[in-house]
Amino acid sequence: MDMNAVIRSVIASGPEIIVIVGACVLLMVGLVAEKRYGRLLVGATLAVVIAAAAATFALAGAPRTAYGGMFVIDDFAIFFKLVLYLATGLTVLMSGRYLEEEAIARSEYYALLLFALSGMMIMVSGLDLLTIYVGLELQSLSLYVLTGFFRHDPRSNEAALKYIILGAVSSGIFLYGLSLAYGLTGTTQLTDMATALAHGRATDPALILATIFLVTGLIFKVGAVPFHMWVPDVYEGAPTTITAFLSVASKAAAFAIVLRIFLDALAPVTEIWTVLVAVIAVLTIALGSFVALVQTNIKRMLAYSSIAHAGFALLGLVAGGPDGVASVMLYLLIYTFMNLGIFGTVVMMRKGDVRGDMIADYTGFAKTHRGLALLMLIFLFSLAGIPPTAGFFAKFYVLVALINQGYVALAVIAVLLSAVAAFFYIRIVMLMYMREPTRSFDLALTPSLRLVLAIAGLGTVGIGILPSWFLDLAQGAILTVMR
Amino acid sequence: MTDFPILSLIIFLPAGGAGVLLLVRGDAAVRWTALVFAVADFLLTIPLLLAFDTTTYAMQFRETAAWVPALGISYSLGVDGISVLFVFLTALLGWICVVVSWRAIDSKVKEFMISLLVMQSLMLGVFCALDLFLFYVFWEAMLIPMYLIIGVWGGDNRVYAAFKFFLYTLAGSMLFLVGILVLYFQGGETFDILVLMEQTYPFEIQAWVFVAFLIAFAVKVPMVPLHTWLPDAHVQAPTAGSIVLAGVLLKMGAYGFLRFSLPMLPEASHAFAPFILVLSVVAIIYGGFLALAQDDLKKLVAYASVSHMGFVTLGLFTFNAKGVEGAVLQMFNHGITTGALFLFVGLIYERTHTRRIADYGGLMKVVPVYGVLLAVFTLSAMAVPGTNTFVGELLVLSGAFGANKAIGAVAVAGAVLSAAYLLRMFRQMALGPAVPIGGRQLWDVNAREMAAILPLVVFVFWVGFYPKPFLEIIRVSVEHLLVQTQVQGR
Repeated sequence: MDMNAVIRSVIASGPEIIVIVGACVLLMVGLVAEKRYGRLLVGATLAVVIAAAAATFALAGAPRTAYGGMFVIDDFAIFFKLVLYLATGLTVLMSGRYLEEEAIARSEYYALLLFALSGMMIMVSGLDLLTIYVGLELQSLSLYVLTGFFRHDPRSNEAALKYIILGAVSSGIFLYGLSLAYGLTGTTQLTDMATALAHGRATDPALILATIFLVTGLIFKVGAVPFHMWVPDVYEGAPTTITAFLSVASKAAAFAIVLRIFLDALAPVTEIWTVLVAVIAVLTIALGSFVALVQTNIKRMLAYSSIAHAGFALLGLVAGGPDGVASVMLYLLIYTFMNLGIFGTVVMMRKGDVRGDMIADYTGFAKTHRGLALLMLIFLFSLAGIPPTAGFFAKFYVLVALINQGYVALAVIAVLLSAVAAFFYIRIVMLMYMREPTRSFDLALTPSLRLVLAIAGLGTVGIGILPSWFLDLAQGAILTVMR
Repeated sequence: MTDFPILSLIIFLPAGGAGVLLLVRGDAAVRWTALVFAVADFLLTIPLLLAFDTTTYAMQFRETAAWVPALGISYSLGVDGISVLFVFLTALLGWICVVVSWRAIDSKVKEFMISLLVMQSLMLGVFCALDLFLFYVFWEAMLIPMYLIIGVWGGDNRVYAAFKFFLYTLAGSMLFLVGILVLYFQGGETFDILVLMEQTYPFEIQAWVFVAFLIAFAVKVPMVPLHTWLPDAHVQAPTAGSIVLAGVLLKMGAYGFLRFSLPMLPEASHAFAPFILVLSVVAIIYGGFLALAQDDLKKLVAYASVSHMGFVTLGLFTFNAKGVEGAVLQMFNHGITTGALFLFVGLIYERTHTRRIADYGGLMKVVPVYGVLLAVFTLSAMAVPGTNTFVGELLVLSGAFGANKAIGAVAVAGAVLSAAYLLRMFRQMALGPAVPIGGRQLWDVNAREMAAILPLVVFVFWVGFYPKPFLEIIRVSVEHLLVQTQVQGR
């Protein structure tokens, strides 16, 4: 590798380098300037994210591969990185006050958040199963620690332990599938793998096994049935801001590699995984929707809601084709806005001795806080997929892709299940609007949390009413192989 | 004037009013602001009707703008003779609802008026939309304000009723969405309703889409056996909510049949027609008997409404000019008459706080003006000659006899049944000796209430004695619709 190639590679991975260096600096600064400087830490973290975003924009244009074809910066990666920056930025903005309320304001939190972000960025840019694996582990390890960040809370510890054990198992399965795929094709590079597979036989038992292992490993990360068990416990036990981050950023990154691996490397064996993923998707929506009905803890309910949404997004993958990929991408972008919005309202409930994570805690909320209740109503109806909110358009576009490919029966099942799912969202609306308050509300609202809610609300309504620009954005950023 | 976006203005003026209301303080100011916007919206529909050309079936006052070009979605509006009537009806009932809620709603007035105005915008949008996606957005978004109207300002069991309403309608319209998308791909990747009407679809596709549409529309109309949400929703909803439900929302199901099922899926419509005709007469008879058995005033009107909507679906699927014209006119009439009956239930409930029919008696002596006006609408609901419903029912029945004599005969029996339960109600409530109701002093209809009632009385007799202008508005469009529903080789 000559010097120029090295320089080109470093430039292409500039955003990742910025984030990792930023994380290291934060870690060191934190050693010197302890706890008192919460606001400074928020600002510094945001600055790192913005710098990375600027670097990413500067790299936009023709796709560049780097590090000998292991890493790529293309429109697809840029789209996902923007979603990740958005998710990270909003998470950081809602963290400051929350960490103080929970008495866990430490610089490691922000550093780990940035490490997780860099891992995700490497995942979405990975063009080689090994790069993807390294990114996956970097984000997972950071998130394990963040999940257990309440060091004295058994729930948080339990969540972290479950996450790490099940995460390790799934990584192992993924690695096993990776090694089988390598054995069959002689490469870990996604495009080369696709070429090698195109010449092979799709009925090869080893190939089927490799595909199943890869699917299993990835399904775990997405949080789909039957590997969803970790999701509710982790979502409930982790700090709420981390739950929010997990539910959008981690999910987006996981979907990015799912799309890349399935539609690039495994494209020649589509018939093996399509049925598998279709069944998984339907089961996932069903389980998420029905189990969410009986939850009393809002974080747990949102965990099952996120399982159901993951199932819906997987349907976009089943549909495949340019519309299928674009529909998954748009779904994740929209989900980022509406889910961070709803988590923002969970975060604001946490103040003093009030835990504020039970659904019943919202009883009569609309009586005293009209504006915030209206905002929550918008997020909830968006999650339920009622127009004119963005959540509707996300689901709509997935259905367009599905029906275009002739999967009408799948579409019917999916919409009927989402009618079930609507129930638990509007139940919260009912509690807010149709019940008398049983307590007075004392909210931990800061200007930055208000900003988060405003951005999320704007995104949720804005994309719902004027989806065209965002649709073009997603359609223009699909995988190069799909065009 | 032709380029003036009058439909957009009519649709979004109430929503704009809702936005203004966010800034208004004080319940009185909120009520007046809402009224101003609702009345202004109504006034705008008058020039719309006057400028409406009754000689063409083409869509008028067209507006088109690209919305999501990548998916063939456009912001496209227009009205024909069928929809223009419902735009007018919606705008009329809109301000009447505000007036009716003047005193009846005394908590969270601002939120109520906002919900009502947003609701009005969405309903108007449904009738004007010429793009299926746009239509669906309006159609589905109505769930949000209606859910709140029933659930927040309703009666004791309001939460249950609101959920039932929401989930029934949502499940129905989700299938509608899948049906829309199937048509979209079959019809050349466009949501343009007029383009989709001109395509011919294979029978198998038509049949499946028809079933999906049928479930969505049958929930809204509602047709037996999907009607069970309606009595709950009506009984629990505040008066204005009931008026909106009965007056406009129920029309949307029938409007869906008119706008989509019949012209886009003609073969399937013919194939399913016997089934629908039977369901219609079942609704007429079964709804009538249920009404006969009620001792709750609002439930009685609700079941009467199910029965009367049976006439509408009956007329639609006769596929002859009289039947369909009658059905469209009957949709308008039902909005006026049933809307008024719910209004009257609301008025008396405000005074007595009871809806048990047996608690009443001799209202004619105590509140004579109320009694007389109630008589007018009771007679109208019974389809007595000289009232609006008579004209509509007569047309529907003669259409039904043209299609199938047995069906027509059973439907006539249903008309007799409606006389039975309505007269029973009227006799118990208005005639006989005056009964003290909970020791309350009743007051007669006041000027504000009169203002809401009088326009409805006018339409009862106007349509009853001189239906020509109304029939003229719908005639050409219905004729065109019948051409569209003609099946090759029949």
